[in-house]
Amino acid sequence: MTQVLTDLTIAEAQAGLRDKRFSAEELALAHLHAIETLNPRLNAYLSVGHAQAVEQARAADRALAEGDTRPLLGIPLAIKDLFCTLGVRTTAGSKMLMPFIPPYESTVTANLLRDGAVFLGKANMDEFAMGSSNMTSHFGPVENPWKRRRDESAVLVPGGSSGGSAAAVAARLAMGATGTDTGGSIRQPASFCGLVGVKPTYGRCSRWGVIAFASSLDHPGPFARTVRDTAILLNSMAGHDPKDSTSADVAVPDFEKACERSVKGLRIGVPREYRSDGMPGEIEALWQQGIAWLKAAGAEIVDVSLPHTKYGLGTYYIVAPAEASSNLARYDGVRFGRRENGEDLRDLYERTRAEGFGPEVRRRIMIGTYVLSAGYYDAFYLRAQKVRALILRDFDEAFQRVDALLTPTAPSAAFALGEKMDDPIKMYLNDVFTVPANLAGVPAASVPAGLDSNGLPLGLQVITRSFDEETMFAVSAALERAAGFSALPTLRAGA
Amino acid sequence: MGYALEGRTGTWEVVVGLEVHAQVVSKAKLFSGAATAFGAEPNTQVSYVDAAFPGMLPVINKVCVEQAVKTGLGLNAQINNVSRFDRKNYFYADLPAGYQISQFEHPIVGKGEIEIELSDGSTKAIGVTRLHLEQDAGKSLHDQHPTKTYIDLNRAGVALMEIVSEPDIRSPEEAGAYVRKLRSILRYLGTCDGNMEEGSLRADVNVSVRKAGEEYRTRCEIKNVNSVRFVMQAVEVEALRQIDVWESGEEVRQETRLFDPNRGVTRPMRSKEDAHDYRYFPDPDLLPLVLEQGWVDALKAGLPELPDAKKARFIGDYGLSAYDASVLVAEQATAWFFEVVAKGRDAKQAANWVTGDFFAAMNRLGRTIEDPPVSAEALGRLLDLMADKTINGKIAKEVFEAMVETGKDPAAIVDEKGLRQVTDTGAIDAAVDKILAANQDKVAEYKSGKDKLFGFFVGQTMKAMAGKGNPALVNEILKRRLG
Repeated sequence: MTQVLTDLTIAEAQAGLRDKRFSAEELALAHLHAIETLNPRLNAYLSVGHAQAVEQARAADRALAEGDTRPLLGIPLAIKDLFCTLGVRTTAGSKMLMPFIPPYESTVTANLLRDGAVFLGKANMDEFAMGSSNMTSHFGPVENPWKRRRDESAVLVPGGSSGGSAAAVAARLAMGATGTDTGGSIRQPASFCGLVGVKPTYGRCSRWGVIAFASSLDHPGPFARTVRDTAILLNSMAGHDPKDSTSADVAVPDFEKACERSVKGLRIGVPREYRSDGMPGEIEALWQQGIAWLKAAGAEIVDVSLPHTKYGLGTYYIVAPAEASSNLARYDGVRFGRRENGEDLRDLYERTRAEGFGPEVRRRIMIGTYVLSAGYYDAFYLRAQKVRALILRDFDEAFQRVDALLTPTAPSAAFALGEKMDDPIKMYLNDVFTVPANLAGVPAASVPAGLDSNGLPLGLQVITRSFDEETMFAVSAALERAAGFSALPTLRAGA
Repeated sequence: MGYALEGRTGTWEVVVGLEVHAQVVSKAKLFSGAATAFGAEPNTQVSYVDAAFPGMLPVINKVCVEQAVKTGLGLNAQINNVSRFDRKNYFYADLPAGYQISQFEHPIVGKGEIEIELSDGSTKAIGVTRLHLEQDAGKSLHDQHPTKTYIDLNRAGVALMEIVSEPDIRSPEEAGAYVRKLRSILRYLGTCDGNMEEGSLRADVNVSVRKAGEEYRTRCEIKNVNSVRFVMQAVEVEALRQIDVWESGEEVRQETRLFDPNRGVTRPMRSKEDAHDYRYFPDPDLLPLVLEQGWVDALKAGLPELPDAKKARFIGDYGLSAYDASVLVAEQATAWFFEVVAKGRDAKQAANWVTGDFFAAMNRLGRTIEDPPVSAEALGRLLDLMADKTINGKIAKEVFEAMVETGKDPAAIVDEKGLRQVTDTGAIDAAVDKILAANQDKVAEYKSGKDKLFGFFVGQTMKAMAGKGNPALVNEILKRRLG
């Protein structure tokens, strides 16, 4: 029974709970048990709220008994440790916030709780969401539940920064999870872990109570094992929030329903700039396969150009650190979090920040400080903002011709722990296909579409117009149906 | 040429520009719902946004925007329908986020003008460069503990308007007049209470000196001057200091200084090891601030009558002197008080009484126009008693003092004390008889041409009548009898 429960999709669990085939408490306990078994190895959760989860599940059972129809009643989820959760330690993967217990609940998690969700625990992540491998977490790396076919001993990364969320959902330690995506931090781990990951339009999900990395690029979004499940989660997470000035006052459509829309007649753009010389042949092949699937489903394939794509990564690595250097100034040891006492105020700052931040965070703060400095601002920050506007224009122009874009999600499958750690630039290249959608704020999803020669999952990315997540879900669901992705990770509950 | 300072090498002109920080009248802070009351217990008016807790976001307070726009309109300034908030980054313990949200490149209000009045009766227009909205910082308390600094964040995030003048000011007097006029406009608008003691209005004073015809020389900024008097003193002592520096063959260094009112000097603020690079950039948590023209127009239509317009009206409608009008319009409450007194009465007489006996009594007793020693209505009734000749002007002063002392109505005082004016010509004749009889020598002198003595006879007659004689009748009868 336990094994079956953790394998269910959210949609299946909704039906099972409604039909009283099992209780929310059983569902929560099955996941908690799986976490107990696998988390010591995977390190996907930083903290597990056993008692709270059981309590929430029992409350869900009582509500279900009374005929309550809230969509997420009893659905067990993992929450990225970047979302502030009332009374529950929230670290952002950093030593800096080890002693931080928020006195408030983020809007997105509050929305999930409003709809009846059960929170299993807080998911591991790259420190302050800065990383593409989950290796910058102060609390240690996360192991990807997937294994190379011929090298089961190699420990692979789950991607990042939302690596704990992705590993938890892939290993059946949660039915879904929240993540945040600043340059690909949902889509890349989704691709590495064989999951669906959605970065909605900027402004669709409130950032209030989500610890900021780069405000203009941070997008909360869901992970799940099916497109439909991510649609269910996003329906709960999304919505206008007056507490976030950048939150959009736009109605939230029925995303779940959009998954059933046909792609017949849709025009799908294939941006030529995403075809790089260094791209592995199997990723190119998978992309071609995706194009063929959509064509077969009745979509029209159109070659498009996004000429400024090549500047995306460079632009991103100016804008994101610039905002981060300012956003992270508040971690000064004065009011909350870690403090290292010093001789004077300056010494306190220096010790606190040198001790509290890891090397990647310090590197980005330094880059950000540099690009905003007098004398460099125009050459770096201002120029980056101009290029950002051109990248947005690329998308606008493309979307005059097509309804969606199809690209690979990441330039590789999951790599092994320790790889690419010697050179930060190599690590940054992971984000090359995902970053443009963050710069433009347009919605994008990663859908598992196949396996590489090592048996590792690879994702395809679907990008659509701002606030047209419905088309994104429709195309993603079409890919999902065509791909029939059924491979399972080696490490998973019940395996 | 106006104000100038004489140095050993010649005459120097003073150039002053002011940056005034005015706390916006608003129940809540600029980007959070926390309260803003002055004098609350430390750290009791702090939201998680003000304390920059992780994940907290700013949301603009519409009231503060409205106040800034009203102020801009009151300064006849350009309202920028699109403005933007930027982050000014620096580390300090009372700056929780590590940045202040301000408006650097695109302020909400652009160029405007303030007309100041000087003691010689002339006026001068001082340019306003810009007005922008920004957050106040908290307060570091260094004197509460021998080794610790305490932080009070009550003020952190409170909305300020920074109002920057052009370097058009040329003397301490002009600097004082500018601050007073600006404060008056802000109070009329209700956008800043102008209370310098509580710090709701503070000035950074930029001072430089130059010889006639020169370009501007290096300026120094004197920070946080908190009274009009200190602004004026700071301009003078800083100008003298700079003249001394230049004349001793050295260069004035651009720096920030503090004015020490006890010693009457300015001294440099402790210089930071590294010059600040504030790394301004647009705050990504906030969208550009976009104002609808209709909304701005509605605010404009709802503005109160401002000091300049009111002054013009007082001169035009009431026939007041420019000086009296200026004095009466400086505070809205004073102008209101005057208009109640003047309504349906002799306005010039009303102005004289308000600015004369009434102000004197108010100042003597330490009262305010909001809590006056005599109500405007009662003062008006006193004027009525003069107008209908119940009492004369001299007796009126006595009645006024009794009103201040007892709070009684003027008519009641006149009756009680029997101060009603004597208009019975028989009684006046009798008094005049006595005086002329007793002063025959002076009558002879008067008749031989010493006209000045007429006043003596008037005085003696009034004295004999205990001041109650109708002055016009006394004059008339004396003229006839001496003629």
